[in-house]
Amino acid sequence: MTVAQQSWQAVCTQSDLFEYSGVAIKVQGQSIALFYLPDHEPQIYAVDHYDPLCDANVIARGIVGTQQGELCVASPLYKQHYSLISGQCLEDADARLNVWPCRLESGEVWIQFAV
Amino acid sequence: MNRLLVIGQGMVGHHFIRQFIQQLQSTNQRDQWQITLIGEEPHLAYDRVHLSEYFEQGAEHLALTSAADYQQNNIEALTNARVVDIDRDNQTVTTDQGQQLDYTHLVLATGSYPFVPPIEGRDQDHCFVYRTLDDLDSIAASAKSATVGTVIGGGLLGLEAANALKSLGLEAQVVEFAPRLMPVQVDERGGEFLKRLIEETGVDVLTNHATLNIEPGESHRYQLNFKDHPSIKTDLVVFSAGIRPRDELAEQAGLDRHERGGVLINNDCQTSDPNIYAIGEVACWNNQIFGLVAPGYRMAEAAAAHLCGQSQPFSGADMSTKLKLLGTDVCSIGDAHAQTAGAVIYEYSDGQANVYRKLVVSADGQHLLGAVLVGSKEGYDTLLQYYLNGMTLPENPAVFILPDSGDAPTLDGDALPDTATLCSCLNVTKGDVVQAVQAGCCSVADVKDATNATTGCGGCAQLIKDTVNAELVKQGIEVNNHLCEHFPYSRDELLHIIQSKQIRTFRELLAEHGEGLGCDICKPTVGGILASLWNEHVLDKEHMPLQDTNDAFLANMQKNGTYSVVPRIAGGEITPEGLICIGEIAKDFNLYTKITGGQRIDLFGAQLHELPIIWERLRDAGFETGQAYGKSVRTVKSCVGSTWCRYGVQDSVGMAIQIEHRYKGIRAPHKVKFAVSGCTRECAEAQSKDFGVIATENGWNLYVCGNGGMKPRHADLFATDLDDETLIRYIDRIFMFYIRTGDRLQRTARWLENLDGGLDYLRDVIINDHLGINAELEAQMQHLISTYQCEWAATLDNPEKLKRFRTFVNAAEPDDSIVFVNERGQRRPANADERQHLIHAVSTD
Ligand code: SRM
Ligand SMILES: Cc1cc2nc3c(=O)[nH]c(=O)nc-3n(C[C@H](O)[C@H](O)[C@H](O)COP(=O)(O)OP(=O)(O)OC[C@H]3O[C@@H](n4cnc5c(N)ncnc54)[C@H](O)[C@@H]3O)c2cc1C
Ligand code: SF4
Ligand code: FES
Repeated sequence: MTVAQQSWQAVCTQSDLFEYSGVAIKVQGQSIALFYLPDHEPQIYAVDHYDPLCDANVIARGIVGTQQGELCVASPLYKQHYSLISGQCLEDADARLNVWPCRLESGEVWIQFAV
Repeated sequence: MNRLLVIGQGMVGHHFIRQFIQQLQSTNQRDQWQITLIGEEPHLAYDRVHLSEYFEQGAEHLALTSAADYQQNNIEALTNARVVDIDRDNQTVTTDQGQQLDYTHLVLATGSYPFVPPIEGRDQDHCFVYRTLDDLDSIAASAKSATVGTVIGGGLLGLEAANALKSLGLEAQVVEFAPRLMPVQVDERGGEFLKRLIEETGVDVLTNHATLNIEPGESHRYQLNFKDHPSIKTDLVVFSAGIRPRDELAEQAGLDRHERGGVLINNDCQTSDPNIYAIGEVACWNNQIFGLVAPGYRMAEAAAAHLCGQSQPFSGADMSTKLKLLGTDVCSIGDAHAQTAGAVIYEYSDGQANVYRKLVVSADGQHLLGAVLVGSKEGYDTLLQYYLNGMTLPENPAVFILPDSGDAPTLDGDALPDTATLCSCLNVTKGDVVQAVQAGCCSVADVKDATNATTGCGGCAQLIKDTVNAELVKQGIEVNNHLCEHFPYSRDELLHIIQSKQIRTFRELLAEHGEGLGCDICKPTVGGILASLWNEHVLDKEHMPLQDTNDAFLANMQKNGTYSVVPRIAGGEITPEGLICIGEIAKDFNLYTKITGGQRIDLFGAQLHELPIIWERLRDAGFETGQAYGKSVRTVKSCVGSTWCRYGVQDSVGMAIQIEHRYKGIRAPHKVKFAVSGCTRECAEAQSKDFGVIATENGWNLYVCGNGGMKPRHADLFATDLDDETLIRYIDRIFMFYIRTGDRLQRTARWLENLDGGLDYLRDVIINDHLGINAELEAQMQHLISTYQCEWAATLDNPEKLKRFRTFVNAAEPDDSIVFVNERGQRRPANADERQHLIHAVSTD
């Protein structure tokens, strides 16, 4: 049995982010969408940039907001909502984004990956 | 423990299981039943009714369930397993794999098989039936090396199959033995009209043709020979000559069957063996077999109830049909052939427009017995309700079939009795809808969730919506016009708040008048209102997160995540230099180039990080953003007008350019389009625009509130023979009035239709200043015009804004998941198949 190892990695700087909005990063061949909500805890959310329902890298360009209190992003192409916490699509039980733990520390964005 | 086997996982078998599980759960008996479904097809249940959508939408789209769903409900489902034997003495069944299963109760839902007439040569390759996903796969494979396809049988399904052949790129023809198409549902005259309509869609129709045999052909695979007609050539044949119940298991097991086929059932859907039920197309009730899905669903409900110890007897079903062939309207209700004694017939036909309408009315003129509508389905819903509910007809039923007869009553929910079936697929009555509203549903969506209405064929959507709304109003429930869960206001109420309190940002508004974080509904709406009122740049720090992705990146997102670029080409006028410059940019960035329907040029396929570089070159060449992305002014179309055209009476291009530059960039509840024509010939199609201007000898006629799009509306003539200045003043006022009062995503057409008092009222406000607001409207418009800035030019000058235009903020690389292929000399996004192939090829290189 292997125990998944976790490692934190700095992926970009705080100045790359935009308040209440998303940007995309690429780490180890993986496209990830980061959302920055300065007055929330946590302030940063990392989910797949790839939208499985429209087969394109677009999630970072969606609008963030709440649906019945659940923090989520609306995919810009066909507007399905994905939870920023769990990655679950609210409209389609079979669609889900990967999520990564992340944090903001001394001006840098850190993401935790399994290695 | 009870052990239930369901043989056949078709539509009815599936509906049965859903109903049965629900009823078991609600009566706390679920743990007393072990359930297994056995199906011969390789798939779990799918939507056969919409089978023809398979070619376009794929199999997932048709799936009615999933393995996970069955697993969750603890149901075993065997696919690729055909039952070949039922042993009633030992209560076991055997499959073609030799597997033996025992049962205490059995449900036969084996459906039908397509009947193939005994035509010589029918067993060869490239001869098909049209019933299952596998059939469609075989047809598609055969069509790849074919140019002509023939359907034998001109009924409902045959026509659908012919349409499918056409969509596969084949020349399609339909051969019918009877003298007309759809002989079952449509009468003789209707059949003639139908034939013409079908021929207009490009399908050849041969009626009165008895096929003798299928022989090998010369230029094509086969030749079809007929009794009294010349032969035709074809590459493939689809038989659609009716269906027969698949009752062979019943025969083997010794269950009673009808002499013409079908397993005999009672009102609880039990066969002659009380432990065996039969439902759907395999069942014969009261000497009748039902080839439609709705009666099958009713049987499924009856059987499920009975197995749970309850009773919900089957009592027959309506066989009215609406053909779902694209572009062809054919409906048939009840006694279409007027076979009832003493029936009175009303007929209307229009050979020019290819419209045929017939009513069959009872001898006393009180009740509708049947109807045939060909070429126009208008009134079908209303007529069906009269028929189903036995309602008394108005004095002169002819109003239902006369064209544009304003007097034809339409049935809103109110007129119907509570027993009226509104959704026949899911058997939802008006009473069910009323009850749902009383139980707290306050929107159409809620009622849909509660009753499942509209989730079958969808044909009842409008009726359900009208009924729900009428019921809400009746119960004094305000039809909720709140924008979303974050703001308890409509768009115009929000605009009023923002304007009167001089609110400048979404956050201010949310803090004082809303709750939560906002969402993809309220953010863009408020972003639009702020822009309409204060006209600050949409990418300013506070506004940017509100914008829909198109506005957020000042370009339209395409299906693969790339963007399109549309420079403004006012009035459609462009210099050769301008054209060359656009051409060079397109070439340098390898952008797919297309002339739009709005007289300008669209460049497709730019990645996010390329947009600023492209726009820098466009700006340097003098171009501004065309704002194809915003809910804002789009284009002003023009015709060439008096400067060149021999008929032109005014300079339409000049006026179009003036108008476009005046209103460019202005954001509104929805997009706004204009056009200017130089004379009454109307080459600019101004009467299909939000604002249409048509030149007269004396000035301009102004048309308002037209549009194309999903629900086209001819614009209304608002005022005539206006001079330039008055024309502009009127447009200023109407446009601003619309910005203030329009609903979210409501085009001017729907806005006017919903304006109390309509066109007359609008004239009163705009021309007579009835509300005393014209000075204000004009001043507001002047503010927008004088604060215009090209959004792209302003962005290029601002490094902070430009930072947003990075495909990845931490890596200067393009998105390599975007793949293009070439077609007709340009590139386009690769489709799913091509991508897999190409990405694979790249990764194995
Ligand atoms: C490019 C173009 C088609 C073309 O290749 O010709 C086009 C393309 C789009 N149209 Fe259109 N429409 C285009 C002319 C039209 C026209 C014809 C016209 O304007 O004369 C119509 C019917 C006229 C009308 O609007 O009344 C038209 C009716 C629509 C509608 C339906 C609107 C309605 O009220 O029902 C939509 C959907 C919407 O806006 O909600 C739409 C939406 C769209 C969108 C924006 C869909 C989207 O969000 O991706 C397309 C994106 C364009 C892009 O990526 O650049 N487009 N669209 C045309 C651009 C004109 C231009 O230069 O700006
Ligand atoms: C192209 C097309 C369009 C249609 N359009 C409409 C429409 O617009 N409106 C409408 O009301 N109806 C329409 N229908 C008819 C509708 O699809 C049927 O009424 C409905 O599917 C009947 O359901 P069923 O469960 O009785 O039979 P089916 O859906 O045929 O299911 C029977 C299943 O049982 C399986 N089976 C049979 N024998 C065995 C066995 N021995 N062992 C295991 N499995 C077995 C079969 O393989 C099949 O999967 C259409 C049909 C087609 C083909
Ligand atoms: S609308 Fe009139 S002026 Fe314009 S091109 Fe047509 S005929 Fe000529
Ligand atoms: S009538 Fe078919 S879904 Fe309602």
